[in-house]
Amino acid sequence: MDPSRGAISELPIKAEVRNFNFHYGEFHALKDVTMPLCERKVTALIGPSGCGKSTLLRSFNRMHDLYAGNRYGGEIILHPDQTNLLDPRVDPIEVRMRLSMVFQKPNPFPKSIYENVIYGQRVRGVTKRSVLDDKAEEALRAAALWGEVKHRLHDMAFALSGGQQQRLCIARALATDPEVLLFDEPTSALDPIVTASIEELIHQLKEKVTILIVTHNMQQAARVSDFTAYMYLGELIEFGYTEEIFIKPRDKRTEDYITGRFG
Amino acid sequence: MSSSAPSDVALIRAEIRRRKRRDLWFGALGVLALALALLTVVTLFINMLIDGWARLTPEFFTSFPSRRAGQAGILSAWVGSLLVMLVTASVAVPLGVAAGIWLEEYAPKHWLTDIIEININNLAGVPSIIYGLLALGLFVYTFGLGQSIRTAGLTLALLILPMIIVATREAIRGIPQSIREGAYALGATRWQMVRHHILPYSMPGIFTGVIIGMARAIGETAPIITIGALTFIAFLPPAPLVGTPPFVNFEWLSAPFTVMPIQIFNWTSRPEAAFQQNAAAASVILVAMTLMMNGLAIWLRYRLRKNLKW
Amino acid sequence: MSPSSSSPAVSERLARKASRHISERIIEATLFAAAAVSIFVTVAIVFILVRESVAFFQQVPVVDFLSDTQWTPLFDDAHFGILVLLSGTAVSSTVALAVAIPIGTTIAIFLSEFASQRTRETAKPILELLAGMPTVVFGYFALMFVTPLLQELMPELPGFNLLSAGLVMGIMIVPIVSSIAEDAMRAVPMALREGSYAMGATRLQTAFYVVLPAAVSGIGAAYILGIARAVGETMILAIAAGMQPKLTFDPREPAATITAFIVQVALGDLPHGSIGYQTIFAAGLTLMLFTLLFNILGFWLQRKYRERY
Repeated sequence: MDPSRGAISELPIKAEVRNFNFHYGEFHALKDVTMPLCERKVTALIGPSGCGKSTLLRSFNRMHDLYAGNRYGGEIILHPDQTNLLDPRVDPIEVRMRLSMVFQKPNPFPKSIYENVIYGQRVRGVTKRSVLDDKAEEALRAAALWGEVKHRLHDMAFALSGGQQQRLCIARALATDPEVLLFDEPTSALDPIVTASIEELIHQLKEKVTILIVTHNMQQAARVSDFTAYMYLGELIEFGYTEEIFIKPRDKRTEDYITGRFG
Repeated sequence: MSSSAPSDVALIRAEIRRRKRRDLWFGALGVLALALALLTVVTLFINMLIDGWARLTPEFFTSFPSRRAGQAGILSAWVGSLLVMLVTASVAVPLGVAAGIWLEEYAPKHWLTDIIEININNLAGVPSIIYGLLALGLFVYTFGLGQSIRTAGLTLALLILPMIIVATREAIRGIPQSIREGAYALGATRWQMVRHHILPYSMPGIFTGVIIGMARAIGETAPIITIGALTFIAFLPPAPLVGTPPFVNFEWLSAPFTVMPIQIFNWTSRPEAAFQQNAAAASVILVAMTLMMNGLAIWLRYRLRKNLKW
Repeated sequence: MSPSSSSPAVSERLARKASRHISERIIEATLFAAAAVSIFVTVAIVFILVRESVAFFQQVPVVDFLSDTQWTPLFDDAHFGILVLLSGTAVSSTVALAVAIPIGTTIAIFLSEFASQRTRETAKPILELLAGMPTVVFGYFALMFVTPLLQELMPELPGFNLLSAGLVMGIMIVPIVSSIAEDAMRAVPMALREGSYAMGATRLQTAFYVVLPAAVSGIGAAYILGIARAVGETMILAIAAGMQPKLTFDPREPAATITAFIVQVALGDLPHGSIGYQTIFAAGLTLMLFTLLFNILGFWLQRKYRERY
């Protein structure tokens, strides 16, 4: 734990959610959420199922734009250039090129390991072999997968185990040098040993990148995050240093959830 | 905190603009491909309408074919088509629906069931002219049914049988298991369950499939040519209903006949332009009929999807 | 009968159950018989084609059938080289696929990855209507509209030619290719698309880099079922491509296909049992073998993608 920490508002901020509201058709899924994302820190979103934590995470890279019937309002400001990620004038593709995402279930493309990792570069029109090779190695190393796959980069990604597939998806997300990395319950489909390795990885990654993670596992939030936001029924109930949320929550509802009285 | 964008944001934006242009191009290509398909239908119909407009008179429907193009009509052809369709429907619908019910509700997990399923899939892909050869060898020469309305009706019935089976199965598959369990729980036998629940609830879906099958059958030419339909028929088959008991008469089943597509083919292959006009006029009627049948089926299916939410 | 006789109702119900049982079995047997008709049809097709073909091959050596380069079964100097008819079928099918595959695939990608729900719901029925057109009408269209149009560009094009028949056949096959290919693409899980979009890919990039490779077996099935349809198509060719057998690989020439030849013979008055009569069954058997091959391959590919997702 960092003894010299001060007020959150004095820390460098990478992104801010401001007065964010979200509707699935008639259903008001997120209500007036406002919270910061500190630079090169891990922020965890926790709360019972249906509280809107995944919805909030997926708003960061405009995944909701893929489906009809979703409406949202408010701002998510990305620093340092203060781009509002939700501004309709901002192309969702631009947003997604700056923020990367790792999904709940590993979703490698039906391609080779190598092609999966450099997909982001391909999409950006990079064709130079040496650049791609370097990127692939760098990303796979960062995702702690290089040793296991360096001799079979051109095998199909489906041949990997579930944990390897998820690390491949992390490598794929890292290979685009994202400013923010979004994790949507990245370990919910994995066994405890693999989960531990992914958590370790997240710990290392925050040296370089700002991380937002949704988890349904409170212990995981406590282990990996610096900040925690507790959400309930579409509202942000409490946001603060992870230790504070877990040791002395200010809100009764947070306390009930943390102590396992529901959820 | 600096308020200026990092330099690569500008780069990213330029890159995105470039890529989105390609998206736009492909979108235009897609619209173009669709338009080409649509345009073909429209051109085809308008072209035939212009060619055949002068011949689309009431007399065209009430005249027999003639050596003089200007006096020729489609009376024997449309009557023939109607009677052939009657045979086709009365054979294909009960057979296809029964087979579909057996496959969905009765069939055991068994190699024989697998074979029947694979076989139906394969039959759906057999070219129609092969059915014509089957009918020529089997119905005409082995069973001695002659080059008659019943031969043509049976041939087209076999041709559309796979379509009706598949439509029946799909309609039945949409019925949730809870309906079956509910009927069984009240002591229904399997057949009671099928007759009281499965059949009525799947009826609209089956009906849709039957219409599409009939639309296919009415336009089929090749198998009818193969069994040897005559193209010059200047008389009508005996009427199926008569004024004296027993009021029905089955002689029409063994009568020689012609049908709309055969008549069109015959006129198309004549060199004189006047006959081509007849072909165009008859085509307009045939196309309008199939379009209406298919349109009705599509509309029914659309309504079904909207109304039925299990 | 129960000695206590306190429950005669039970035995009555049992009696009814027995009769019920019998009628249920009769119904089940009837339904099964209906399903078995499809087996009978297949057996009958194979039996008829093989019976007449055996008689045919007793008079024409198989080697001649496969290697002769002339097809003149009704002449005094009869030749039976099926290659002649196969060349017509191959050329017209190639032309048709050259139209149907690019257009059908483009439409499939467009409808599955680009179009809105509303566009899709309008476009698909229109394509179905196109697929439901009687082929004899397409034949008329090829002969009376497309060929004259092509003659504007190529003045020496004959009135009957494989090109115009093939082009129209291609348009006719577009809905088959596009609907099966689109089904395959829509079966690709949304998670893969989300993964690609989350990397900043555009629709086009997602479609070509992720969706197409994932749906490749289903798209293959679409193409192969399209080929099967082209090979078996009859009326367009009989009307617009002429019915003279000719060994050619030039689509601008007139030539007969297997199917057009069968029509031509059937239009004449051939005595049952003559060699000419048997010829169309030998030709039919050849056609059947080809379409069967393509259909089985197509269904196998289709089943492969259905299993995967």
